[in-house]
Amino acid sequence: MAVATPTVDERLARVGVLDRLLVRPELGAVLGALVVFTFFSVFTDQFLSPAGAATWLDDASTLGIMAVGVAMLMIGGEFDLSAGVMTASTALVTAILATQLGLNVWLALGGSLLFALAVGAFNGFVVMRTGLPSFIVTLGMFLALQGLNLGVTRLFTGSVQVSGISSVDGYESAGFLFASTVQIGSMTLQVSVLWWLLVAGVATWVLLRTRFGNWIFAVGGSVTSARQVGVPVMRTKILLFMTTAFAAWVVGSINILRFTTVQANQGIGLELQFIVAAVVGGCLLTGGFGSAIGAAIGALIFGMTRQGIVFARWDTDWFMLFLGVMLLAAVLVNNAFRRKAERVRR
Amino acid sequence: MSTPLLEVRNVGKRFGGVIALREVSTVVNAGEVTCVLGDNGAGKSTLIKILAGAHCHDEGEYLVEGEPVRLSSPREALDRGIATVFQDLAVVPLMSVWRNFFLGSEPRVGWGPFSMIDRKKACETTRSALADMGIDLRDVEQPVGTLSGGERQCVAIARAVHFGAKVLILDEPTAALGVKQAGVVLKYVAQARDRGLGVVLITHNPHHAYPVGDRFLLLKRGRSLGCQEKADITLAELTRQMAGGAELEALEHELRQERVVPEPAGALEKKVNNSRLSKERAIS
Repeated sequence: MAVATPTVDERLARVGVLDRLLVRPELGAVLGALVVFTFFSVFTDQFLSPAGAATWLDDASTLGIMAVGVAMLMIGGEFDLSAGVMTASTALVTAILATQLGLNVWLALGGSLLFALAVGAFNGFVVMRTGLPSFIVTLGMFLALQGLNLGVTRLFTGSVQVSGISSVDGYESAGFLFASTVQIGSMTLQVSVLWWLLVAGVATWVLLRTRFGNWIFAVGGSVTSARQVGVPVMRTKILLFMTTAFAAWVVGSINILRFTTVQANQGIGLELQFIVAAVVGGCLLTGGFGSAIGAAIGALIFGMTRQGIVFARWDTDWFMLFLGVMLLAAVLVNNAFRRKAERVRR
Repeated sequence: MSTPLLEVRNVGKRFGGVIALREVSTVVNAGEVTCVLGDNGAGKSTLIKILAGAHCHDEGEYLVEGEPVRLSSPREALDRGIATVFQDLAVVPLMSVWRNFFLGSEPRVGWGPFSMIDRKKACETTRSALADMGIDLRDVEQPVGTLSGGERQCVAIARAVHFGAKVLILDEPTAALGVKQAGVVLKYVAQARDRGLGVVLITHNPHHAYPVGDRFLLLKRGRSLGCQEKADITLAELTRQMAGGAELEALEHELRQERVVPEPAGALEKKVNNSRLSKERAIS
C-alpha cells in the first residue's frame, strides 16, 4: 500500500525547539531580562508592585525607543553617536519655537521634526558621500550639536534651560499624545511605554517583512553585493540615519512635554547606552545582523536594573559596573550563539 | 545560421598608455558555451568587463543579437539580458537563501506603504528555481554563509537564470573550489546551456573548460591566440597552447634539471644523527 510520504528532505534533522531558539539574535537579551527580573522580584518588595513596575517600564521606554532606532541603523552597518544629544536638541528646538517665538506647540513639534530629519539626512549624506566611517562623522555632529544646544539656548533665554512650554497653546493636546498616563488595572502607565511598544513593533515588521527591511540587512551585511543586485544603498542608509533622528524627536517630545523644562546639556552620554542596549539585544557591531525586539528588551534590562538597584537601596554607583559587565557578557554570549547558528562550511 | 547572442569583432581597450586588450573576436551562441582562457594578466577580466558593461570598448565592434552597442553600465547590460556572476557572487552571507535570491527584486503583496515581501511566494519560487537547475537545497531559510562554495555559486547562477538572463557570464566560477565542487558547478553550467542560454565561462583551467566548452578563446598578453571550435582542438593541445607551447617545454626542461638527486641512505642517516647531536648540544 502506498503511503503518502511527507516531502521533508531526509538530510534535515528535526531541529529541536531549543536549537531553533538559539538562532534568534534576541535570545541573550531574553535570558538576561529573565535573570534580572527574577533577581529583583525576589530580593525587593516594590519591584513587582504596580507602582514599581510602572517606574521601571517608564525608565526603559525612552531608552527603548532610541535603542530600536539605533539597532536598525547598526543592522544597516552604521553608528550614530549624535543620537543622545539629539534627544536634547529636538526638545530644545520645540521649547524655543514655542516659548520664545510664540508658536503653537504642534507647529513647534513640526519644526523640531523637520530639524531632526534634516540632521539625520545630513549625517547620512556626509557618511555616504565621503566614505568616512559614520563613527567619525556622527562624533563631529555630536560635538557640534552639544555646542549648538548650549550656545543657542543661552542666546535666546540667557540661561542654559528652557521652560514655560505648559502655558503655550496646544500644550494640552500635544501632551495627551506624548506625556499622558494610561490606567491599566491598578497600574498608572506612562504613554511613553506605549510608544516604546509601538516603535519596537513597527521596526520589527519593517525589518522582517518589508522590502526596505531586506535592504537594511543587505547594506549592513555586504555593501558591494547589495549594490551589485541593484539595492539603492545610499537611499537606504540615509533613511536609516533619518529613522534614528526621528526616534530622537519622539523621545525629545516626550521629555519636553512631560517635564516642561529642558536643560541644554541633557542627553550627553546616552548614545553609548543606546548602543549597549542594541548590542545586548543581539546586534552585531559589524552590521547585517540583529533585531529590534532584542534592542527593546536590552533597554528593558537597563530600566529594570537601574530602578531595581534603587528599590534594593544599593548605591546607584554600582549601576555603571553592572553596565560594563553586562555588555561584555552579552557580546560573548551572542558571539557564541551566532557561531553555533552559522557555522560556516567551506 | 541565426545571429549570435553576443559577438565581438576586433575589440580593444586601453587604459592610458596600457593596451589591455586588442583585436579580440569571438561569438556567443544560444545554447553554447564560449570559454575564455588565459593566464593571469592575459586580458580575461578586461574582456568580461566589456561584455558585462563595466567598461566600454575603445576599438572594434560589440554586437548584441546583431545590433552594435556601446554599453555604459552593468545595469544596461542586465536590461539586455546579459547577467554576470562575479567572483564574489553578490550574495550577503548572513542572509537566508531566499532573501538573497530575491534581493533587489522582492515580490510584494499589499498596498502602498503597507506592502510586504511575499514570503511564501519568494520561498517557493526560490525552491523551484533551484530545483529546475537541478540544485537540491536542504532549506531555503538557512543563511547563504552556511552553504559550501559550490552551492553558493549555484545559487548565484540560478538567480541569474531565473531573472531572465539570455547570456550568462561566469567569472572564474571554479577558481576557489575543490575537484568535486568544481564538477558540480560545471554541471550547472551545462544545465544553463541546455536551457538555451549563451554562456561565457572565464577560467584558467583547461580541464574545467574543455568538457563543457563549445568554443575556446585563448588570450595572452592582451591578444587573442585564436578562437577554436571544440572539433578543431584537443585537450592536450588546448593545455599546451595555454601554457605557451614552447615555453612550457622549456619550463619542463628547467624543472627536470633542478630536481634534487636523492642522496644514498647512509649519508642521510649520518645527517640526521649530526643534526640530533647539534640539537642536544644546543639544549645543554
